[in-house]
Amino acid sequence: MHDTIEKTKLINMKKYISIFSLALVLITGCSKTDDEFLDIPPTSVIPADVAFSDPALVLAVLGDLYNRQLDFSSLDGGWSTFADFSESFPSDAGSYNIVQRTGWSYSEWQVNWFDSYAYIKDLNLFLQRDSASTELSAGDKARFMAEGRFLRANFYFEMVKRMGGVPLVLQPLIYDISKGDVSDLQYPRAKESDIYDFVISEAEAIKNDLPADVNVKSRATKAAALAMEARAALYAGSIAKYGAKTPQVSLPGGEVGIEASKANGYYQIALKAAQEIIDGSAGSYKLYEVLPNLSDNFASIFLDKTSVNQEAIFIEDFKANGGKTHGFTTNDQPFSFSDEGDDAGRLNPSLNLVEAFEKLDNTYAPLPTTDASGNFIYYDNIQDIFAGRDARLAGTVLLPSAVFKTGVVDIWAGYIEPDGTITTSDNAVNQKPLPGTTTPVQVVGADGPVNGLALRSQTGFYIRKWLDPTVGSGRRGRGSDVAFIRYRYAEVLLNAAEAAFELGDNATAANYMNQVRKRAGLTIPLAAGDITFDRIVHERRVELAFEGHYFYDMKRWRLANVVWNGSPMSKSDLVSNIGSATKKNTQPWGLWPYKFYNPNSANNGKWVFKETLPSTVTGSNLFQLGNYYSRINDDVIAANPKIVRQPNQ
Amino acid sequence: MKTISYFSLILLMVAASACSKKDNYDPPKEQVNGAILYKGDSIYLEYNRVPYQFYQYGFGKVGPVEQTFTQSGVISSILFNGSYKFIVPNGQGPFLWPKTAGGAPDSLDVTVSGSQQLNIEVTPYYMVRNASISAGGGTVSGTCKIEKIVTDANAKDIESVTLYINKTQFVSGANNIASASVSGADITNPDNVSLSVSIPAITPAQNYVFARIGLKIAGVEDMIFSPLFKLNF
Repeated sequence: MHDTIEKTKLINMKKYISIFSLALVLITGCSKTDDEFLDIPPTSVIPADVAFSDPALVLAVLGDLYNRQLDFSSLDGGWSTFADFSESFPSDAGSYNIVQRTGWSYSEWQVNWFDSYAYIKDLNLFLQRDSASTELSAGDKARFMAEGRFLRANFYFEMVKRMGGVPLVLQPLIYDISKGDVSDLQYPRAKESDIYDFVISEAEAIKNDLPADVNVKSRATKAAALAMEARAALYAGSIAKYGAKTPQVSLPGGEVGIEASKANGYYQIALKAAQEIIDGSAGSYKLYEVLPNLSDNFASIFLDKTSVNQEAIFIEDFKANGGKTHGFTTNDQPFSFSDEGDDAGRLNPSLNLVEAFEKLDNTYAPLPTTDASGNFIYYDNIQDIFAGRDARLAGTVLLPSAVFKTGVVDIWAGYIEPDGTITTSDNAVNQKPLPGTTTPVQVVGADGPVNGLALRSQTGFYIRKWLDPTVGSGRRGRGSDVAFIRYRYAEVLLNAAEAAFELGDNATAANYMNQVRKRAGLTIPLAAGDITFDRIVHERRVELAFEGHYFYDMKRWRLANVVWNGSPMSKSDLVSNIGSATKKNTQPWGLWPYKFYNPNSANNGKWVFKETLPSTVTGSNLFQLGNYYSRINDDVIAANPKIVRQPNQ
Repeated sequence: MKTISYFSLILLMVAASACSKKDNYDPPKEQVNGAILYKGDSIYLEYNRVPYQFYQYGFGKVGPVEQTFTQSGVISSILFNGSYKFIVPNGQGPFLWPKTAGGAPDSLDVTVSGSQQLNIEVTPYYMVRNASISAGGGTVSGTCKIEKIVTDANAKDIESVTLYINKTQFVSGANNIASASVSGADITNPDNVSLSVSIPAITPAQNYVFARIGLKIAGVEDMIFSPLFKLNF
């Protein structure tokens, strides 16, 4: 009985299956009208010809391309992109390797080859589609075209800085499957100079299609193109000139290294492009001189996004509550008034950088901690030791007791007695009684420094540049919308100064450099005779600290293997040769303030300072010749045998 | 019922994982040992600094097996049988590596069939000879003779000679607790270079140090060293 029912079911089922298959055959075998019926344009994808018929849609495409630009240091790339090279100490338990490694791998700083060329392909497609568009107005079309070319040139510039000459691909490469051969898609590396020449010629070609408007900052402008040109030409010029110091860093095909004879030509281009911005033909750019306090004024360059800021030329903009923010302030705000209890204080500028800020009389000196006979110097106020220095110091770095938002940064390392005994604790909340007393008191600053205590300063300094004082900017949820300035007017002036100096025109160089220095409170002008290579190196280091320049500058001057020579840095290394371009910078030191404790002394409660190497620092920076140009991975070379390897790797 | 189905599922997994041998290679097992030598003498190098590469062709994409020489210039690799090309990449090592006419480093053919010895002869710019290092009175002193090997157009000057000491057997410019150096221009008699350095306080305390004399050649990144000495004091 049971079986019969099962069988009937089975027969019924077979019947259904045959009917269903017949229906299927009928549907698939059916006429053409059904074909069209099924061919529905997808609603989530806009076809190219539609996108390139409306300027608003093109702008949306372009917005994505802007977002994919690459910066060495960037606010949305994470705080650690600012952290290396002993200019700062990383107070973050997961990042101590930055100060514990003894050198960098050859693949450090390389670009992701496949992502990079995917981006270049998208840029090339954008340019192809924009030029094919028939419905855009001529003005829009030209501007979009120029913006696309600017982004492509700027990206190649970023690639050449890291990798040297790379394949220069200027149209979308399509694989023809019928040919079954990829060899015509395999581009060899261009010469390093070819990439720089490309950047320069693109900037010249597009500059007049871009607006000469100082208020356009997050899109390409004439000034942005010229600033890119000036910087690229300057880099090329210095590689040509200073490459002679490291003849091993070159390849016979010129993929790495530029002939020394080309140096002057590049410097002339750099000077000319920079002067085109300086003379106002690209818009009314000028140094930001708004606030009476020069340090606050300097910090404001990086915070002020209004039209008052005529210094910023090209920025990566952010918008709070608008979907694009970054966590720089969250990660780096002083610990004691962090908006997030366990997120703060990661980026601590080093004493190496702090002492590089010169005195107002244009001389270099270490911060005076001891007198000639080695006794402590006593200071009434904790900030007195920094008095009479370049205003950019307090504008770049939050010094002990600096004001941020509504609080005062609480940095001090403990109490010190005349015999050198130190009373401190492993955390400000763990109080201890002072010698001869029984009541526990706070014996270390809430913001550090304590060796190994992450998220508080371990050098005695916090970063101020880019740090957002807006209420709520330190919260993870809101984030900060401080913009990252990629090109700014002060750098253009310094580029012009360096190019003029290299061309032997010290008077012009002094004129440009003094403008930047005057804004920083260094009112005694440098004479033409004062301008030296060391001065140029120093000025860029302090003006452009934490803006992603230091590393590339050291590379192009071929100083990287000199300043990061791998040997540990002693205190005497630290305090000597300040202002020298070849000064070693292998380990980040700190400056720890102590309260002097001796109730019987007139100095009781005054401040003394000790140069301190944070105990976490065990490695020292070693930059090998093979680090000058980052590795091209074996899988890239295996896929394209025309690519030659980097030198010294 | 449920127990059975779980059991059969587990059985299936065990079976699946047990029979996947088909698509795997055996690991390489041929030991290639050797050293980089100059006329049979060891060339001492810095730890983890001078790389060497084995290339094997015929398997599609080409990429090297890369390792570095040990401090005493030893090569030690485990490879498959087959023919390889051995190379020291361009610009590496304190020695002259044979070059092609185009200036690129030339490769050596190495055929691996079973475990074997692989000694590579190169010409260093200099050798540190007759090194003797001793400790006493809180000081480490060392003497050596510097022999200039390359004297033709490729010859290079001495940049400096340095005595390094360290707590561990890794002794170099990057790994040391103290060093003393004399620059090439100040060396009057290369047959007898002597250096001394005082031993700093070591924490935790130990009554021995390791020492080597390193020679930096002008324009060459990698240093060449004397043998390593372990000194008790």
